[in-house]
Amino acid sequence: MTTAFDADQVAKIALEVVAEHDPKQVPLPEFLGACYDAGLSWVHFPEGLGGLGTSRGLQAVADAILQGAGSPVPLGLNPMGYGMAAPTVCEHAHNDELKKFFLRPLATAEDIWCQLFSEPGAGSDLAGLATSAVRDGDDWVINGQKVWTSLAHKARWGLLLARTDIDAPKHKGLTYFILDMHSPGVECRPLRQMTGQAEFNEVYITDARIPDAHRLGGVGDGWRVAMTTLMNERSALGASGSQRGAGTISEAVQLWASRPDLHTPVLRDRLTQLWLRAEAQRLTSERSRASATAGGPGPEGSIGKMVGAELNQRIYEFCMDLLGPEGILYHSYAMHGTGTGGDWRGPIQQRYLRSRANTIEGGTSEVMRNILGERVLGLPGDLRADAGMPWKDVPRG
Amino acid sequence: MAEFSFTTEQQQLRAAVRKFCAESFDEPTVRRLMESDVTYDPAVWQRLGTELGVLGMSVPEADGGVGGTLVDQAVAVEEFGATLSCGPLFGTVYLAIPALVACGSGAARDELLAALVDGERTAAFAVNDSAGAFDPNVTVTAVGSGDGVVLTGTAARVVDAAAADVVLVAAKGSEGVSLYAVDCGATQRTPLVTMDLTRPQADVIFSDSPARLLAGPATAERVITHALEVGAALLAVEQIGAAQHMLDLSVDYAKSRLQFGRQIGSFQAVKHRLADMLVDLEHARSTAYHAVWALTEGSDDPALAVSIAQATCSAAFSRIAADSIQVHGGIGFTWEHQAHLYFKRAATDAALLGSAEQHRARVADLVLDSAIVDEAPRVAVGFA
Repeated sequence: MTTAFDADQVAKIALEVVAEHDPKQVPLPEFLGACYDAGLSWVHFPEGLGGLGTSRGLQAVADAILQGAGSPVPLGLNPMGYGMAAPTVCEHAHNDELKKFFLRPLATAEDIWCQLFSEPGAGSDLAGLATSAVRDGDDWVINGQKVWTSLAHKARWGLLLARTDIDAPKHKGLTYFILDMHSPGVECRPLRQMTGQAEFNEVYITDARIPDAHRLGGVGDGWRVAMTTLMNERSALGASGSQRGAGTISEAVQLWASRPDLHTPVLRDRLTQLWLRAEAQRLTSERSRASATAGGPGPEGSIGKMVGAELNQRIYEFCMDLLGPEGILYHSYAMHGTGTGGDWRGPIQQRYLRSRANTIEGGTSEVMRNILGERVLGLPGDLRADAGMPWKDVPRG
Repeated sequence: MAEFSFTTEQQQLRAAVRKFCAESFDEPTVRRLMESDVTYDPAVWQRLGTELGVLGMSVPEADGGVGGTLVDQAVAVEEFGATLSCGPLFGTVYLAIPALVACGSGAARDELLAALVDGERTAAFAVNDSAGAFDPNVTVTAVGSGDGVVLTGTAARVVDAAAADVVLVAAKGSEGVSLYAVDCGATQRTPLVTMDLTRPQADVIFSDSPARLLAGPATAERVITHALEVGAALLAVEQIGAAQHMLDLSVDYAKSRLQFGRQIGSFQAVKHRLADMLVDLEHARSTAYHAVWALTEGSDDPALAVSIAQATCSAAFSRIAADSIQVHGGIGFTWEHQAHLYFKRAATDAALLGSAEQHRARVADLVLDSAIVDEAPRVAVGFA
C-alpha cells in the first residue's frame, strides 16, 4: 500500500508542531488545535479533518514525539471523543463542514463527548433499546432513558442511538444522532457504583430536540453506524501500553517489589503468570499495530478488550491476596465524582472493586467471546428468539 | 525488517512450503512413516534440503546455506509444525545446524554443516540441557587429543538419534566441556518407544567412540547456549503451526457437526471454548515471533524472549490440543482421528528444552527479582 506520508514525514511534522507550540508553554487547546491542524490527531483520517490520510500504524510515531515533548494523552482528556466519536463522525457525518464543526473542538478537548447507548432495558442486547426519536419538521424529538454514561455531566455532545421505527425488527429501526447535552429536556443524574464513586450517570431525555443535520447515516441505518463506534471503543479499551511491564501489571509488580515481607513462592508464580499474559497481550497489540492499515479496527480488537478486562481483574485480585488482612480496609465511601487527572482511580482496593466493571463495560466478556467466535472464526450465530420480529412485539423485562 | 512484518518473499516461501508439506506430509503418509523403522523418507528429506532449501535457511552462503535469517527458517518451521512433517527437524534443523553455525569454521564442521543443509545426512543433538539452558553436568567423557579423541558414556533419550548419521555430543575432558561430532556407526543405539511416534528417541552409548572436535572448552558453552536458544524459538514456532492446525480443524468440525438439530459451534459453551483457544493461539504466535526476531535482530534479551515464548507456546499448544479433543467429542479420542497425533506432539514439545513451568521460573528470576520500586501503589489504610 502506498501512502502519502511515511514514518519520517510524520515524525518531521510532529517535531515542527512541538517546536512551534511547546506543549509545556502554550495553553492546551492551542497545542491540541495545532496537532489537529497538522493532521496528527488521527493520522489515518483525511487531510483537513485532523489526519494525514496515512496508515493508522503511524499514529504511534506522532504520539511518541508529542507525548515525549510533554503532551498529555488526548484519549485521557476526552476518552469518548477521541476513541469513539471522532471515527464515527469522520466516517458518517453528512458533509465536511459538519465534520470540521465537531472534530476540531473535540480534538482540543474543549468539547467533551459522551456515549448514549445503553439503557436499563438494553445492555448486551443493545439493539433492543427503547429511547424514541420522532420526526417533527426539521427536528427529531427524543424521549427515553440512558445509563452508564460516563462524563455525561461534563459533555457538550452525546452519541445517541434511538429508535425511529417500532414496527421494524430491532436492528432495522435504529437511527444515530448527535445530541447537544445542553439542550432543554436533557437531565443527568450521577449513578453511584460499588466503589462509592459516581463515575457514571443516568441521562433522562424528555422531548429534547435534535436538528436533522445532526443525524449520522440514514434513517434506520443506526446499527451500522453504531458498529463503527463500538469497534473503536473495544479497540481503545483493548489498547495496551507499548512498553514491557507497563499498565496495570506494573502496579502489581511494584506492590510485590515494595513488600518483600509478603512474598511466597505460590504468589510469585501467580504474578509471573499474570506478567506473561500481559506481555503476550502487549506483543499481540504490537503485532496488530504492525499490520494495521488505514482502515478501522477489526473484530480482532475484541481480543485486547477481553484479555485486558479479565487480566485487570486477576491482577487486582492478586494484589488483594498479597495484602491479606491489610487489603480489606478502604479509604472512604463518601460519595464523590471523578476528575480526569490525578489519583481519581484511588488506592488499590478501589481499583480492585472498579475492575468488576471491566468485563461488563464496552461489551461483556460473553459478548466478546461471541464476537471472536462468530466474526473471527466464522462460527454460526446463536438461535435468537426475536429474529425478524417487529421490535414492538419482542418480549421485554 | 520491522518486527512482525513478513516480506513478500517470506509470504511466497510460506506458500511454497505449505504446498510441499500438503503433498509430502499428508495424514496417511505421516501415519505410515511414524510406524516404520525409519520414521521419515530420506528422499523427501533431501528434497527439503536441495529443492526447497529450507533445512538451513539462516546458514550463511559461505557455509553452503542460502544466507537467509532465522525469520525465514521460522516461516518454514511453522508450516512443518502444521503437518507434523516427518524427519529429524528437532535434532538437525532446530539444534545441530544452529550449533554448527555458531562453531568456528573447520574441516569437520564445514563438511558436516554442508551435508546437513543439503539433507544428505542428518544429525541428532546429544547434549543434555537444564530446562533449555546449558547443563555443565555432562554424562560423556572424552579421552585423548587431536584426531585421537574417543568418547565414553551414555546420552539418554536423544531425539532423532535412532536414524541419524551423526550425533553432536557434549563431553568432558581434562580441560572442560567440548562439543564433538560422532558418527552413529561408532555408537550403540537403543531406539525407545515414544508417546509421540512422530518424534522418536534413542539412548546413545559411546564406548571409545572416535570423535571430531567442533568446539573446545573455551567456546562450547556459548555454542550450545546459542543452539538451545534457537532451538527453543523454533520449537515455539512449530508449536503455533501445529496449534493453528488444531484450531482450524476444531472450528471446521464445530461448523459441520449437528446435535440437537443445530451446528454445535452455535452453542456458546463450544463457541467460547474456541474463542479462548484463538486468544491463546494469537498470544503464543506473538511471543514465538518475538523470540525469533529477538534472536535475529538482537532487539531483546534472547534468554528472556525465548523463555517468554516457551512458557506461552508450550502452555497454549497443550491446551489447544486438549480442547480440540473435547470439541470433537468421542471421535476425537479415537486412533483414526488425527487429534491424538497433535495432542502427543504437544505433550512432547512441552517437555523438550524446558517445560512451561521451568521457563516461567526463569522469567520470574529475570523480571520479578530484579524489579525496583519506583512508585509503590497506594494502599488504603482505613481512613481518607
